[in-house]
Amino acid sequence: MKLIGEKGVKRLLMITAFSAISALLLIALFIINEGLPFIFKYGLKEFLFSSDWQPHLGKFGIYPMIVASLWVTLGAMLVGAPLGVAGALFLSEYVPKSIMNIIKPTIELLAAIPSVVYGFIGVMVLAPIIRDNFGGPGLSLLAGSIILGIMILPTVISISIDSILAVPRSYREGSLALGATIWQTIHMVTIKASKSGIIASIILGMGRAIGETMAVIMVAGNSVNIPNSPLDSVRTLTANIALEMSYATGLHRQALFATGVILFIVIIILNSIASVAIRKRMVKK
Amino acid sequence: MLKKFLLLSFVLIVGLIVWSCGKGKTSITLAGSTAFQPFAEKLADQYMTSHPEIAITVQGGGSAVGIQSANSGAAQIGMADLVKLPEEAKDLTATVVAQDGIAIVVNPQNKITNLTTDQVRDIFNGKINNWKEVGGVDAQITVVSREAGSGTRSSFEQIVGNIILKKDALIQDSNGTIRETVANDANSVGYLSHGLINEKIKPLKVDDQECTSESIVAGKYKLVRPIFLLVKGSLEGEIKNFIDFILSSEGQQTINSLGLLPAK
Repeated sequence: MKLIGEKGVKRLLMITAFSAISALLLIALFIINEGLPFIFKYGLKEFLFSSDWQPHLGKFGIYPMIVASLWVTLGAMLVGAPLGVAGALFLSEYVPKSIMNIIKPTIELLAAIPSVVYGFIGVMVLAPIIRDNFGGPGLSLLAGSIILGIMILPTVISISIDSILAVPRSYREGSLALGATIWQTIHMVTIKASKSGIIASIILGMGRAIGETMAVIMVAGNSVNIPNSPLDSVRTLTANIALEMSYATGLHRQALFATGVILFIVIIILNSIASVAIRKRMVKK
Repeated sequence: MLKKFLLLSFVLIVGLIVWSCGKGKTSITLAGSTAFQPFAEKLADQYMTSHPEIAITVQGGGSAVGIQSANSGAAQIGMADLVKLPEEAKDLTATVVAQDGIAIVVNPQNKITNLTTDQVRDIFNGKINNWKEVGGVDAQITVVSREAGSGTRSSFEQIVGNIILKKDALIQDSNGTIRETVANDANSVGYLSHGLINEKIKPLKVDDQECTSESIVAGKYKLVRPIFLLVKGSLEGEIKNFIDFILSSEGQQTINSLGLLPAK
């Protein structure tokens, strides 16, 4: 240690820290550099709001995919957020700590399962169930939403539990001493006090849902189609890039990078809305 | 101790790299069509066993990449599985080394056995949406296709002609996933390379012609695409020897035994 010295360590850590930021910068620059010229050439409005995606005819409209990405993410939220928050409340408020200490790591293990495995289960189990009971091709918006909803569970549950447990014990004791039941304490005191953490967990889950690629390609069917019902097949922005990149050349390839630019912007917008929302809550509290 | 170990492994790795590069082998690189890639790898293995002085590398990337890299020189031989070679390939010497049938496949539960070319076109265009319109049960047809840019898809669309794929068609990104989707969905129809047909799916006759090796070789079954090897300039030297090997009876035998059809 003496060899490097205090200043040396600081510098070393700084370089390491900046490498993460510079990687992000490089990725952003690369995508923008490849994609932006296409957007200018093709026209932003035509690119964003036309629903014709026929690369071999030179038509590149990604409107159906933007809509699909938003629907799939919303669907995943509808499935994952209530399940995740309810699970977190149950584990932290009703279950003895010793049992929670076994269940929580088990749930976190869900995050370690590769997305291709989720996709496989979706294709083999979920899609046939949907096809036989509700009709349609099975590979659909609904299947994608359910699979993604399950995939974001570990994120939602473990961050929610952490923020619920961070609520001081005295809050709960005060509420119970006033004669409130456990459920009254939960929804009037605990949830209110841990709101920002719970919202953060849902937003982090949303980030995972919108960026997920492999599982969505496998279960959503990938039609370039504006969905009329949850049973229709859809293609998300991420799926569009991954599906066609291997064969794309020339203008088609640039269009895929431009899709990446739009995805990047969508994610930045969502994240900013999220962080503003969290900050407001914090101030209120 | 740890330092010594690290140093030793470093020396070993560098040594390996230098050793493997410095053997003075003639190297040939193939790139392109993923449909032909496994066959090219097998053929390259065979050729290298009898010609140890030659190193052959096979890469995928798709037909478009095959044409591109043959043009740019990134690969000596490009592989492409298209019905008609595009404009960019006009300066390349093209050799047909194999043929591949494209089978129209349905779920084995489907009673239909034959479709005409017009019916196939209408189904993929979305004009026919129910199996009863072509003599099957009353059920919605689920069309499964490949992603834009795929050699199989563009060959299929060119041979059938005038296909503008209907918007709610499912898209899968490989022959294998098409097969899985069709095998799992009783009302679906898709297309894939003839060599990949198995018992989980049922190939249909097209215009009353079965999709079998015999009928393809006899020229009766119409959904057939050639597989090209593309070389910049004229064929000569080691590259010519390798392509000659593929066209020899031994090479064609290998191609045939793995599920593609011989060139002639």
